[in-house]
Amino acid sequence: MGDGPPSLWEWFGRNWDTGRADSIRTLLTDHVTMSFVPVVLALVVALPLGLACARWRWLYQPTSGLMNIVYALPSLPVFMLMISVTGLSQTTVIVPLAFYGVAVLIPAVVDGLDSVPDHVRQSAVAVGFTPLRRLLQVELPIAAPVVLAGLRVVAVSSISLVSVGALIGQGGLGGLFTRAYQNPFMPPVIVGIVLIVALALVADGLLVLAQRLLTPWVRARKEAAS
Amino acid sequence: MDDLSFEAPTGEITVLVGPSGCGKTTSLRMINRMIDASEGRILLDGVPVQGIDPPTLRRGIGYVIQQAGLFPHRKIVDNIATVPYLLGWDRKKARARAMELLERVGLDPALAGRYPFQLSGGQQQRVGVARALAADPPVLLMDEPFSAVDPIVRTSLQDELLRLQSELNKTIVFVTHDIDEAIKLGDRVAVLRVGGRLAQLADPKTLLAEPADDFVREFLGHDRGIRRLQFVSTEGLRLRTDLTVPEGSDGGSPEPWLLVVDGDGRPVGWRSAVRPGELEPYGTFVRGRDSMRAALDAALLSPSGCSVAVDEQGKVVGVATRDALDRALSEAVHG
Amino acid sequence: MSWLTAFLGWLGEFFGDGANWTGSDGIPARLLEHLEFSALALALAVLVAVPLGLAIGHTGRGGVLVVVAANLARALPTLGLLVMFVLLLGASSIWPVIIPLVLLAVPPILVNTYEGIKGVDPELRDAAYGMGLRGGQVLGRVLVPVALPLILLGCRLSAIQVVATTTVAAYTGLGGLGRYVIDGFATKDYASVVGGSVLIVLFALFVQVVFALVQRLTVSPGVSRRLTIR
Repeated sequence: MGDGPPSLWEWFGRNWDTGRADSIRTLLTDHVTMSFVPVVLALVVALPLGLACARWRWLYQPTSGLMNIVYALPSLPVFMLMISVTGLSQTTVIVPLAFYGVAVLIPAVVDGLDSVPDHVRQSAVAVGFTPLRRLLQVELPIAAPVVLAGLRVVAVSSISLVSVGALIGQGGLGGLFTRAYQNPFMPPVIVGIVLIVALALVADGLLVLAQRLLTPWVRARKEAAS
Repeated sequence: MDDLSFEAPTGEITVLVGPSGCGKTTSLRMINRMIDASEGRILLDGVPVQGIDPPTLRRGIGYVIQQAGLFPHRKIVDNIATVPYLLGWDRKKARARAMELLERVGLDPALAGRYPFQLSGGQQQRVGVARALAADPPVLLMDEPFSAVDPIVRTSLQDELLRLQSELNKTIVFVTHDIDEAIKLGDRVAVLRVGGRLAQLADPKTLLAEPADDFVREFLGHDRGIRRLQFVSTEGLRLRTDLTVPEGSDGGSPEPWLLVVDGDGRPVGWRSAVRPGELEPYGTFVRGRDSMRAALDAALLSPSGCSVAVDEQGKVVGVATRDALDRALSEAVHG
Repeated sequence: MSWLTAFLGWLGEFFGDGANWTGSDGIPARLLEHLEFSALALALAVLVAVPLGLAIGHTGRGGVLVVVAANLARALPTLGLLVMFVLLLGASSIWPVIIPLVLLAVPPILVNTYEGIKGVDPELRDAAYGMGLRGGQVLGRVLVPVALPLILLGCRLSAIQVVATTTVAAYTGLGGLGRYVIDGFATKDYASVVGGSVLIVLFALFVQVVFALVQRLTVSPGVSRRLTIR
């Protein structure tokens, strides 16, 4: 590099698609996978567990206690301990992130179901909904905004947390941070932070959009109120 | 709000009543400067409140609001002692005062160590009143204090307030949207219309008898005639004492109805000349204490058409016949 | 279950080694470092965020900004921030690492303090002013005690964040328990990695217990509704 360090853009252009495993494009794809999969897993696990906690109230106290503990575990040591089970793979990052997601989503599902007004539930029973249809057509739609709010938190945290995986070589865009630290050089750090924040904003925006499409009445009500 | 002027006489309950948006709460809050009046003056004992530092002013004025507004993190005794603590009273003295007030508002002293969430709405409201009275302020502001509790509790809270007031003689300004509450509690009632203009300021009796205009008339609602009777005394009601017979006697009287009384002079029931074997129900009122409305109500409860007057101990002092009631009514209403 | 035997073997190796219990890189020293860095970062964050959150919640000004900033902060990658500050400021002292730790710890406390104060029943505020409490007294004697559960929740979330980030910060040269994990991983000393990880997890749980105790001691039973009704 006889003519001085390259500028941010130059560096980005040169490393976007090198075809190697550490090209920014590949890291970005890995990052999306490693943050998207835990969110989906978390939702799939947390929905039935949350429903169970709402249905059998005595389950909620111990479950939420356990989830509080799970949420308090620092990611890096958990990744490290996972290595002995899953080896050095994306799974090692994905599984703990899914657990964090479950810890956030179970209370969201329970709170969401709690937000269904009793008179609405009663009238659904009164007009003859079966329990399953009542859940799918009445309770879950009303609970959706709270659950989606939880999902936004999970998605954004997952996207930012994946980068810690770089310390075990599985961090998606986080790999840019370790690279920048090893041969002290700022552009990868900036690119990494910007891309991760951008990814988080996109995911958040998509979930907001999903919420508008899924629960149009929430917005209509807010507008009517203002 | 515009051009509202009234005086709340010392030692009396002045009620501000009106539809929502009439500025009754705003007027109340101007007195302790929770809201500052942009124009005009509010005098407390002749001193303009605008000149007094708001917190100092408020510590000298009791304040009771709708949901009681008790501090959830403090025990009941400490809630009541809030203002004494602020005034720098000795802790022990403040707590002793709080315990005294707890009993005064009709609550079990065992509640002192509880937290607000452990009390019912009515109990919380009583604590709210006790808290307002803690530093013995001469003036009490009450902003719809009883409107969030159920009707039965509300009635008992109202009675309690009247009882307290008969002991304490505070200058009370009371805001409500409930005209019945206003008439029951107020020594004077100010009816406000939307925009904060005074429609009428009068004692409840005058208000019911001579509403100033259609607005006031409509606001007072129906039953105005009957309700007026609650301000007519039963003191002058002429009673007959020859219509009572002791239990067991068969007395051959020409009267169609006779009131049977027991050995203590308490009423047992009406005996009709037609079916002397059965006793019919009766209604009573306490002479002098209860109003004509109560006397009339008692008459309507009995097939005899007569109302039984008793003393404070429940002993019969006489019988008000329909004629006597009629005469008293026409005197009260027309002359 | 071969991994379990391996796991237990590593644990035994790590905790059984007498050398791991003494000196500047011994367990007690590292534990103390971890505690120091975490406590320092958390204390600084509390000093910044609590007064700011109280002010914003009490005056009601700037609330939207707080919520937006807190959401944005969640998206910031901790490792990236640590590396950026170390590259910018050098690694001559602990401050290049402590600054991002504090930055990441501020938002949860700030937003929960703000929400806590803002969420206090307006009737209560009204009653407090009506009794003649001054602005500061309303805040200190009524709003803070009532909002305390949320304020403490914010601090607890920040503590979780700080303990985790202090671990990650070992990568950029900070001491503390993270050293065992980072150095062990680099030298394929898995006893050190597993032992260090377990220590950090225990430390994190210990912090949770401390917060639960603080909550129990400082929050009025009238607010936490710990007592049964009647």
